[in-house]
Amino acid sequence: MQKRANEISAPAQNSVDRLVDHLFRRESGRLVATLTRIFGPSNLALAEEVVQEALIQALNLWPFQGVPDRPAAWLATVAQRKALDVVRRESRFHALGPEIERAFWQTRAPPEAVDAVAFRDELGDDQLEMMFTCCHPALGADARVALTLKTLGGFGVSEIARAFLVTETTINQRIVRAKRRLREMRVDFGVPQPDELAHRLRSVLECLYLMFNEGYLAGSGGDLIREDICRESLRLVLLLADHPKMSAPEVHALSALMMFQAAHFPARTDGNGDLRPLADQDRTLWDHDLIARAFRALGSAQDGDHLSPYHLEAGIAACHAAAPSYEATDWIAIRRFYEQLLLVKPSPIVGLNRAVAIAMTDGPRAGLVALDAIRDASELKNYALLPATRGEFYYRLGEYDRAAQEFKAALNLSAVEPERRYIAAKISACGIGAI
Amino acid sequence: MPQFLLLLHEFPQDMSGVSPEDIQAIIAEYSAWSERLAKAGKFQGGQKLTDEGGRSITTNGGGLSVTDGPYNETKEVIGGYFMIEAADYDEAVALCEDSPHLKFGSRIEVRQVDAM
Repeated sequence: MQKRANEISAPAQNSVDRLVDHLFRRESGRLVATLTRIFGPSNLALAEEVVQEALIQALNLWPFQGVPDRPAAWLATVAQRKALDVVRRESRFHALGPEIERAFWQTRAPPEAVDAVAFRDELGDDQLEMMFTCCHPALGADARVALTLKTLGGFGVSEIARAFLVTETTINQRIVRAKRRLREMRVDFGVPQPDELAHRLRSVLECLYLMFNEGYLAGSGGDLIREDICRESLRLVLLLADHPKMSAPEVHALSALMMFQAAHFPARTDGNGDLRPLADQDRTLWDHDLIARAFRALGSAQDGDHLSPYHLEAGIAACHAAAPSYEATDWIAIRRFYEQLLLVKPSPIVGLNRAVAIAMTDGPRAGLVALDAIRDASELKNYALLPATRGEFYYRLGEYDRAAQEFKAALNLSAVEPERRYIAAKISACGIGAI
Repeated sequence: MPQFLLLLHEFPQDMSGVSPEDIQAIIAEYSAWSERLAKAGKFQGGQKLTDEGGRSITTNGGGLSVTDGPYNETKEVIGGYFMIEAADYDEAVALCEDSPHLKFGSRIEVRQVDAM
């Protein structure tokens, strides 16, 4: 009796293991890309609907029947069947029906023969094409990021809203408007023609860069979703880097930059989920395999004579990655990179970072002087890191009262919880220092 | 060992806005629960029932009357069932206490199979 029970229960075993991290998110992004190629970008919403239906079918069945051996292939098969149903049912496809149906069977193995691995490789190109659609230059930067996260990354509207600290309605509207714009412009689904490629690629890279920063800068231990956003940006940029037609030097530079930054993740928070600044990180916790890959990517980025901001930022990240400690970092090189960066991408944030490098090469007093140059920049008016950096410099000079004053100003501006805790700890350290 | 039928009642919901990540998380919780049952040697099987609520058949005077389910005013349906083994009702109920269905569904009806 016992034995029989075990035999029956066999399908339930290892069900959980088959649900690897973010499987649904990943697969939904891939499947939407594939179906959009077949339906056309004007039917993006339909592709999403079909994929969502497949996910819901899994939700209905798997709790009772267990997770299938190859869940990704299962989802692909179901989505494909549902898509075919739509093609056969919907009048708007009637004229094209047979053609679309042929497209299914010619470019994709029939469902029963779908091999999860082969399918995945084929999907790469669909995702590239989808990336160019979602990152079309006609869309605003915010819309591009939201659409890419939703469509390619499979992130839910609520997840995106949480990451951007805006309401779901805002994100929804952003996405709806972006889709409408794509429809109105009759954007072609596909990799752009060679004459357009450089311009369109720039737009894609800009989106992925913003996406990564959104995940990285706000990154808090309490909200892991933001690390996911970084990983998704990295996945997409690597998809570009691996493609022979797309592998421009900037692509490799951006992928190097993201890998250098992502390598810090294991060291960025402490046990309480509090943020650990670079200076305090345990460097043995860094992902050294990823750093090695980043250096290789940086090597590939040296082809050609174009020096993009991504090159400079990756150069800075490389200096940090190569340094045995915060103090023993090549701050002179970093300072030089920031000065070059200021020329190609003038921004007070870059100025702020340059001041940090100056404080390391010439001392905190010189850092304070450098900060004076940007103190009235309107972009930094509500930027907590400006007073926090000033506070840090005063602290290093032993001027604890002034440091505490700056940290208090920073605390008033910061909305990110772990950052607030970090600043609060600095304020108490100033109190102890002053005694 | 006595067998118990677990009827998992639920209210069919609109899931179109639920994110892929959340859908996966729900499935993972159910899978973890049935795996716990299986590892304990209690799990006997389960099936999903279709969502439309089925048919209800009664005799009406001389003839049969067939109506669409669900059977009462609410839209609650039995989403599916599990068969488990347990020493008695107390154990059967205890095995359901950590079921995600109590969070995501509406209720679990526990019925012992009469072996007599």
